[in-house]
Amino acid sequence: MDDRWAAAWRVAPDYLAQHVLLSVSALALGVAISLPLAVAASRNAAVRWPSLFGASLIQTIPSLALLALFYPLLLALSALGKTWFGHGFQALGFLPSLLALTLYSMLPILRNGVAGIMGVDHAAVEAARGMGMTSLQRLIRVELPLAAPVIMAGIRTAAVWTIGAATLATPVGQTSLGNYIFLGLQTENWVFVLFGCGASAGLALCTDQLLGLIESGLTQRRPWRMWVGGAGLLVGALAALSPLASATVGRSYVVGSKNFSEQSILSELMASRLEATGAHVQQKQDLGSATAYRALAAGEIDAYVDYTGTLWTNVLDRRDNPGRAVVLRELTSNLKRRDGVMLLGPIGFENAYALAMRADRAKALGIVTIADLAAHAADLNLGSDLEFLSRPEWTALRNAYGLRFRKETSYQPTFMYRALADGEADVISAFSSDGRIAADHLIVLGDPREALPPYDAVILVSPARVEDSRLLGALRPLVGAIPVAAMRAANYTVDRDTDKLTPAQAAADLARRIGSGQPKQ
Amino acid sequence: MIELTDLTKIYGGRRAVGPLSLTIPKGQFVALLGGSGCGKTTTLKMINGLITPDGGAVKVGGAPAGEEPPHLLRRRIGYVFQEVGLFPHMTIDENIAVGPKLAGWERPRITSRTQELLDLVALPNELGERLPSGLSGGQRQRVGMARALAAGPRIMLMDEPFGALDPITRDDLGRDYRMLHDRLGLTSVMVTHDVMEALLLADRIVVLDKGAILADGSPGELLADYPDPIVRSLMETPRRQAERVEALIRAPRHG
Ligand SMILES: Nc1ncnc2c1ncn2[C@@H]1O[C@H](COP(=O)(O)OP(=O)(O)O)[C@@H](O)[C@H]1O
Ligand SMILES: [Mg+2]
Repeated sequence: MDDRWAAAWRVAPDYLAQHVLLSVSALALGVAISLPLAVAASRNAAVRWPSLFGASLIQTIPSLALLALFYPLLLALSALGKTWFGHGFQALGFLPSLLALTLYSMLPILRNGVAGIMGVDHAAVEAARGMGMTSLQRLIRVELPLAAPVIMAGIRTAAVWTIGAATLATPVGQTSLGNYIFLGLQTENWVFVLFGCGASAGLALCTDQLLGLIESGLTQRRPWRMWVGGAGLLVGALAALSPLASATVGRSYVVGSKNFSEQSILSELMASRLEATGAHVQQKQDLGSATAYRALAAGEIDAYVDYTGTLWTNVLDRRDNPGRAVVLRELTSNLKRRDGVMLLGPIGFENAYALAMRADRAKALGIVTIADLAAHAADLNLGSDLEFLSRPEWTALRNAYGLRFRKETSYQPTFMYRALADGEADVISAFSSDGRIAADHLIVLGDPREALPPYDAVILVSPARVEDSRLLGALRPLVGAIPVAAMRAANYTVDRDTDKLTPAQAAADLARRIGSGQPKQ
Repeated sequence: MIELTDLTKIYGGRRAVGPLSLTIPKGQFVALLGGSGCGKTTTLKMINGLITPDGGAVKVGGAPAGEEPPHLLRRRIGYVFQEVGLFPHMTIDENIAVGPKLAGWERPRITSRTQELLDLVALPNELGERLPSGLSGGQRQRVGMARALAAGPRIMLMDEPFGALDPITRDDLGRDYRMLHDRLGLTSVMVTHDVMEALLLADRIVVLDKGAILADGSPGELLADYPDPIVRSLMETPRRQAERVEALIRAPRHG
């Protein structure tokens, strides 16, 4: 228990700094765009309706979706930039998060800005005109000061929204306080979830109070309140950002991982091995499955672990199963040729899609293989992870065995196991390296017709790093180093309900167990 | 100094003003007199371009309106608003200083000018620190007058400038203003619905009715048998009041 709090505190400076940097940048950009737009909109009805409508429309897009949409968009733009100007830009991480949050922050600022400026006492506005002020002088000396409390209220709302929504930047590869929440959800580390929610709520609350002080200072014309609020914000932001300044700049490696425990552990393992060489390493965690490969090919992450079956079907778009050795060989040559990506080698264990049942239940029904299952499927419920039902593996499996379940339901992996334990699901789409298989007394059903391709875990290296001897030197010892029992055990320490380890702790244990804690130079 | 030719303003198909032609020579004090809604404010605002006419022409100081940017014209014309329109976020001193600041005066000159104007409109200097919300309606109206005069305009347009004042202050301030008008050689246009005020202060009274000029003459001409019946009845009240007051003064005292 204490360990988890300690682990949460340890990464807090980095997460908070990244979160504050993202929120402050998005809010500043939002104000910089929305305020002039509000001025234009308050003067001109032809600007007013389209801009307010546009901002409202953006607001109707769920924030997570908005963030997710920017990644492919930026990736395409970056590719265009590469062909036109010779260099692209980072499509993952800060930029998409910044753009999405900026758009998201616009509505309250715009709406309050327009209402504030248009709500200024007509007599004062006419007096300003009558005294001979230009349009700009009238704006600066009369309209903006009088509208300031209303505009400030809008900025305050935007700040609270932005800080909250910034937690959703984690899945597009931007570190934020959301890392606690996503990682915590995924590993059922409720301390992390609580910590992340509490930290982001506390941050939003403090910011709101300080902005509120400025707002009331403006309303009641008490300059000292504005100064105190402004100084509080500035000091707070600088303090939160200070870890960024001390972080080593320069060559740093980025290790990626998808959104499940095994990936987090392997990412930590690779990162610690790289750090042991003196390199500065960043981790981009919780990437979507398809996002991860594209990010690697685009050079936004330097290395991550993927699985041969996933690459075979998703990247090479193959549906056949020519066998483990052929799949590995063809992947190695095709990924190299197609994207310049290097397949460093298999780690030594397989994390295959498999169908699993509770051992007692399978025994009672006399089910050993998927072929046996097919006869009973009509009376059974299938629980799957979020991806499985839309994957070609499922289609292949269903066609090969003629599987027709009574009901098919998708869950977050951790909840899927719970559903199986509760009897809500009878069969689940398990992963063969999952520690819970042994722990929960499950059996993996055999695949006699070889409908599913092999899923050997392999290390992939981005095109930009294929000549990087430090990276290759640090990661190569992992090839063939982790047997499935070791991986299962490590996964279980993170996934179990009590006495959980963080992925970093599990990685350290795993490193000790496989006996390659010190990378060979 | 001010030349209006066939000036017209139409609101929602209805003619609010015009066609109205009027020439005001330099140094004249003109009262625009008329009932509520007859187009006095609209006419005044068309002179400094706060309202754009739908027809006709405005010339100020010989130059047609539109020859220079309207805000430059307005800086040379003092305007007292019917709703006063003080800037609520500025102190009284700052309100008065707006015109001089726009004209680019130096700070010490602005400070002494502010004091001078507070004296002129008979407000104590310490009021200068307050916000408009801390003043009575009458005090605010005087600040409005001071603000219009601050940058030393040659032309003053005043929309019911003494409307919210008590009768005594009203008379005092009216007389003070008239003296200032004469001393500085201003050209003044004052909108009012108060016949007595127009008679006592103005050199010339222009009576408006439904946006058109009904009568135009000196107070004496209008008080003498004017041909128009409406104007005659308008002048009837102050004349009868004056006669009664005079009778009271002349009559032997009781006791
Ligand atoms: N912005 C406006 N829109 C429509 N009608 C207006 C507007 N301003 C004034 N009017 C109308 O024009 C007429 C003259 O108004 P105004 O010049 O303010 O009168 P006065 O100052 O003599 O009381 C009135 O009938 C008034 O209702
Ligand atoms: Mg009026």
